Amino acid sequence: MGMTISQKILAAHAGKKEVAPGELVTARVDVALGNDITAPIAIDKFYEAGAKKVFDPSRVVLVPDHFTPNKDILSAMQVKKVREFAKEQGLVHWYEGGRCGVEHVLLPEKGIVVSGDLVIGADSHTCTYGALGAFATGVGSTDLAAAMATGEVWLKVPETLRLVFSGELPEWVEGKDLILHAIGEIGVDGALYMAMEFCGDAVDSLSMAGRFTMANMAIEAGGKAGMFAPDEKTREYEAGRALREPVYLESDPDAEYARTVEYDVSKLEPVVAFPHLPENVRPVSRAGDVVIDQAVIGSCTNGRIEDLRTAAKVLSGRSVHPNVRCIVLPATPAVYRQALAEGLLETFVDAGAVVGPPTCGPCLGGHMGILAEGERAVATTNRNFVGRMGHPQSEVYLANPAVAAASAVAGRIVSPRDL
Amino acid sequence: MESGEGKVFRFGDDVDTDLIIAARYLNTSDPAALASHVMEDADPGFAKAVSAGDVIVAGKNFGCGSSREHAPIAIKAAGVRCVVAKSFARIFFRNAFNMGLPILECPEADQIPAGARVRVDFDAGTVTDLSSQKTWQANPIPPFMQELVAAGGLLPRVREKLASGS
Repeated sequence: MGMTISQKILAAHAGKKEVAPGELVTARVDVALGNDITAPIAIDKFYEAGAKKVFDPSRVVLVPDHFTPNKDILSAMQVKKVREFAKEQGLVHWYEGGRCGVEHVLLPEKGIVVSGDLVIGADSHTCTYGALGAFATGVGSTDLAAAMATGEVWLKVPETLRLVFSGELPEWVEGKDLILHAIGEIGVDGALYMAMEFCGDAVDSLSMAGRFTMANMAIEAGGKAGMFAPDEKTREYEAGRALREPVYLESDPDAEYARTVEYDVSKLEPVVAFPHLPENVRPVSRAGDVVIDQAVIGSCTNGRIEDLRTAAKVLSGRSVHPNVRCIVLPATPAVYRQALAEGLLETFVDAGAVVGPPTCGPCLGGHMGILAEGERAVATTNRNFVGRMGHPQSEVYLANPAVAAASAVAGRIVSPRDL
Repeated sequence: MESGEGKVFRFGDDVDTDLIIAARYLNTSDPAALASHVMEDADPGFAKAVSAGDVIVAGKNFGCGSSREHAPIAIKAAGVRCVVAKSFARIFFRNAFNMGLPILECPEADQIPAGARVRVDFDAGTVTDLSSQKTWQANPIPPFMQELVAAGGLLPRVREKLASGS
């Protein structure tokens, strides 16, 4: 029996020739990641376990991106604790201030994660790196502490849900729409405990940015990982940035899947996930009259340069609705610099949007764009849970950057086609 | 995992980690501070109403969303004996075993009435309504997870491994 890409990566890191779904393995991790919210607990547990040095200072990566630039004293104390640990341990990858970005955009961009890696991160969107053909999964702080100390993690080899997307992508339909459409079909626990594997010609046609967006949201279907087979685009993306030699793997033709689902994307239109679950998906044309107070364009889901180009295309020569705060957050300093060079930031400012620093901030209701009671936001982020962006009686609607930008102009949720 | 009695607090399907502990409180990892806001956006009165030994009962996919270990920490620090749900999201499931919050996966969790006084028996894997005497059976805890529980969570295993130098 052949193996899926997930099985191959797990087998290689567990020192085995093959592994089967359901099998428990202890595996070597290539990268262990934490942020300013999850690392403080992991650091305490690291010392509590009697550890003194991390297993490899070049493979433990701590990125304070959630409540930064520090939003209050307590947040600053948490970042300080992580900084002191990073310095004491001599961590190679420690980023702050104008060098810091949203972790799941920053790590691939800097080549810290490469194809074939096994990555654990104390952040649920660690699954983003599946776009590179790395097996990457979210864990908690105790798991991170254990991995920082030993370089290992225990994992159950998951079954795989195969999602085949075929057909040509209609205008304004992006990776975000494909993954939201799939979550709408299978539900927020439709891939529980499973690896998702994305394939088909529609997926092949996506840019790396679109693939990162899709892999990023595997967790919103309960998935353990969101895998893509590396191709020429992956190789091109990694050329000149990979800090280690990538290993390009793909699933065997006779690999076993728990289930295969197929979607024809040629008739899709951009979609919107209504409150309060990512599975509440509707085509934007059937959104009805949803008046918004805020639009957020950014995050680990959609804060890449391609996303900002799309938003700028929609906002160019137009004006953000007077009742809307449109907040654009380039996900990393490199994205910010590129957007600056291409004149995108000027487009945003001219349109009446505010450009903020790279941060997770508003996505999790941290800061820099919090909603009041009764307010509504359209956001390119990944979660629309109760209270996710602020007050428990506020609402978040998830959409792609084009829809978010168009909605910012219209003052209600619309498709860019409607402007 | 200590068997015993407590009152049932019921929640629905897909209780996410933002409902368990909202991100606005994640500028601290102090268990008592987190416990004072536990389940706040799902039931603002919960943190005050819950007593040591009480039981959270929920539907499918409990703990979906973020990886924040603050969620099981907040529940445990509030004195909750155990979470019984139809199913658990995987990161929450891992975290609970790693840090020592007892959880039971019970396909019939829906039938356990809100407000009931129940006895949770971890050896038998059962929840029993003390007034109706109806008993619900939870799925067996996988052997590896049982070992984790017996060891007192993941950290003692790490400590052992580091001490043995392997």
